[in-house]
Amino acid sequence: MDGAPEGEAVKQRKGKFLLAGTVILGTTAWLGWVGVTESKTYYYTIAELKTLSGAQAQRRLRVGGDVQPGSIERLRGRVDFVLEQDGHTLPVSYVGQNPLPDTFVDRAQALVEGRLAPDGRFLADHVQAKCASKYEAVPNPSTTTSSSVSSPAGSSSSGQPE
Amino acid sequence: MYGATVDLFGSYALILALVCASYAVAAGIAAIAGRKVLLTRSAYQASLAACVLITLATASLVFLFLTDNFSVAYVANHSSRDQHLFYKFAALWSGQEGSLLFWSWLLAVYVFFVLWTNRNKHPELMPYVGVVLACVQLFFLILNVFVANPFQVLGTVAADGSRQVVTQPDGRGLNPLLQYPEMVIHPPALYLGYVGFTVPFAFALAALLGRYPGEKWIHITRRWTMIAWGFQSLGILLGAHWAYAVLGWGGYWGWDPVENASLLPWLTGTAFLHSVMMQEKRGMMKVWNVWLVFITFLLCILGTMLTRSGVVSSVHAFAQSDVGHWFLGFLLLTLVLCTWAYLKNRDYLKSENQLDSLVSRESSFLFNNLVLLAACFAVLWGTLFPVISEAVQGTKISVGPPFFNKVTIPIGLFLLFLTGVGPLLAWRKTSLESLRRNFGWPLAVGLLTGAVAYPLGLRDFYALVCFVLSVFVALTIVLEFVRGARVIRARTGMGFLRAVEHLTMRNTRRYGGYIVHFGIVLIFIGLAGAAFNQDKQMEMTPGTSMELGRYTILLQTFTQRPGPNYIAERATIEVLRDGKSVMLLYPERRRYNPSGMTGTMVSIYSTLREDLYVVYAGPSPETGQPVIHAYVNPLVKWIWLGGVVLVLGTGIALLPNRQPVLALRTTAEPARQPVLQPVPAARPQDAHD
Repeated sequence: MDGAPEGEAVKQRKGKFLLAGTVILGTTAWLGWVGVTESKTYYYTIAELKTLSGAQAQRRLRVGGDVQPGSIERLRGRVDFVLEQDGHTLPVSYVGQNPLPDTFVDRAQALVEGRLAPDGRFLADHVQAKCASKYEAVPNPSTTTSSSVSSPAGSSSSGQPE
Repeated sequence: MYGATVDLFGSYALILALVCASYAVAAGIAAIAGRKVLLTRSAYQASLAACVLITLATASLVFLFLTDNFSVAYVANHSSRDQHLFYKFAALWSGQEGSLLFWSWLLAVYVFFVLWTNRNKHPELMPYVGVVLACVQLFFLILNVFVANPFQVLGTVAADGSRQVVTQPDGRGLNPLLQYPEMVIHPPALYLGYVGFTVPFAFALAALLGRYPGEKWIHITRRWTMIAWGFQSLGILLGAHWAYAVLGWGGYWGWDPVENASLLPWLTGTAFLHSVMMQEKRGMMKVWNVWLVFITFLLCILGTMLTRSGVVSSVHAFAQSDVGHWFLGFLLLTLVLCTWAYLKNRDYLKSENQLDSLVSRESSFLFNNLVLLAACFAVLWGTLFPVISEAVQGTKISVGPPFFNKVTIPIGLFLLFLTGVGPLLAWRKTSLESLRRNFGWPLAVGLLTGAVAYPLGLRDFYALVCFVLSVFVALTIVLEFVRGARVIRARTGMGFLRAVEHLTMRNTRRYGGYIVHFGIVLIFIGLAGAAFNQDKQMEMTPGTSMELGRYTILLQTFTQRPGPNYIAERATIEVLRDGKSVMLLYPERRRYNPSGMTGTMVSIYSTLREDLYVVYAGPSPETGQPVIHAYVNPLVKWIWLGGVVLVLGTGIALLPNRQPVLALRTTAEPARQPVLQPVPAARPQDAHD
């Protein structure tokens, strides 16, 4: 591999290996590119979301925030709630198939994925939630301990396995 | 109470360990520079002392948990009085500070055994190994002592400036998601994997720094690498199973950053396990191997950083903290050191041979490595995509499961193909005749399976390819055992099964490897099942039923039931298959004390053919009736079975080889034949070892 070439035969073999390697890596790169275009999701803050226009607002979006206490309303076929971030609010309707994760409660940190409806409401098909309420604002000056799960379990939102 | 003294004891043990590890680094370097044997000895003993001290600190924290000492912040945040003893113990690694201490402790265990078992061996190499290990240990001890100390007490500062310890009446309890039996074994298994890769890393770097001749470091670390790899595999699978059984979304893998973080070092570690054979047998790929093991270690650190720093948002990452900066610093420092060592001594890594043929064992290893690395790169790229896109374009863009599936499924299938083909190709060049002999039948049967399955409705392209390849690979493995055992049987006259056992034990590395490969095949079959998943959600009243696949799901009752530290709403569901009652399932939703958090308890009826996975998704908002979500997930059980086989195979590969069957029988048993030759390997030119 890293030795000096020894004539034509070696060069030819090297060429074959390079070709096979290029085919493999090229295919992978192409699949990756297609995968990215199909599933890319843009992160915005709630404040930025209000300034989006035209094509930008049509894209698949991902927004984070805290669930406003008391805003969760479970309706038939959807769950409505309000996300708060830095003083801005965003009404969200979760219309996904999977049950919401157990960690989705008032004041939980939530990440929602979906699209913006024309009326400014966010239609989410995926919701991830991290329960912050349990671990924060303790009368505890010494540490700021907070955590949820320490290891790679699966996502608590939906996701397609292989 | 001893509490106050025990947390002080733990703190001091950690500080002393830090001192010992610092000394081990300094003395170790001085000893190498000055070639002083006594100083080497002293550094070695300081390292051992650090290991013992970390063990004492960890034991202190466990003691604080078991005695419900809620004056210690970490204990108060992760335990409560009515928590089961099991989970009080497991709470040790349920948060940032404790899990970092746990990490240090596992490293201490590895370091202790590595140093101890090699104490009188490799005098030229071990001083370097000692220094590298001590450096890693020092880094984690700095985190334990200064950044995330698990022994912080809850306290208030009084008017006169003195601190007063506050003891809370009860702790806030372990996160309900973690109150599941696998919580007790999954993190330790995964950490043993992550931490274990430190050992081959230390030996590789030490060999490079010390220009240690030959491939000896590979021989020394082979078992350590396999142990780390085995634990990493087990950890990943247990994590997947936990997600499946606890999180209630019907799947086991969601391409979450934390999951990806555990997969990355596994991919490079797998590549390393294979490519070292090239170096052992043919003296090739030396640079590659050294860098593979460096990268594996760096990915372990990167993974830890990703999950603990909040760089990439994940559902179950630790909260944001400045630990991330420390990890980033350590990562960069290690990378710089590795690069420097490589540039300085790269002439020592010159390859001794050239690749000969595209159809050879060497090239199959090469392609195996290439695609494993491509997969690793793709997963890393996808995981870091938000960070990269923000740096390049200014907008944070994330990619989801479709990206990962698109890239990894074809790569996975190609790897599966290599799993079958690679081990049977000869070194240097394989003849057409040998190809036909080894692969003719398996290939024919595999294709036949596909031809039968397609008209039966198995139309998903990838799943079909996966089944064909699985049959092919499984058959090549079985044939290998059969051929080898036949040879032994012909020579010794022993029974077939005993011959298989002998064959395996005589070359545990090769045949253990085949068993691992077989486990991988089973896992792939299970993964392919996901192409045929079905699910259905319905609001049900007692007495009603829904149909899904071959099943009828009948809700019998809906009740409340108290548990030790929770109250559960429970549905009792009768499962009928093809009209016959087969099972009662009890999906639950628990509300835990004292946190008030809820936890879903999935109920699964699992068979080899498929899992019926039933979730109680809460009461309907309008009618208050239970909403039941049911999934039929084909072949999932094969994944867990494959995991068991994989771990078993790894265990066998770790065993020392049994001596070839010698015929010289003991005098008590008169020999039938006067002299028997040792049985040669079935095809020695193909043997791994």
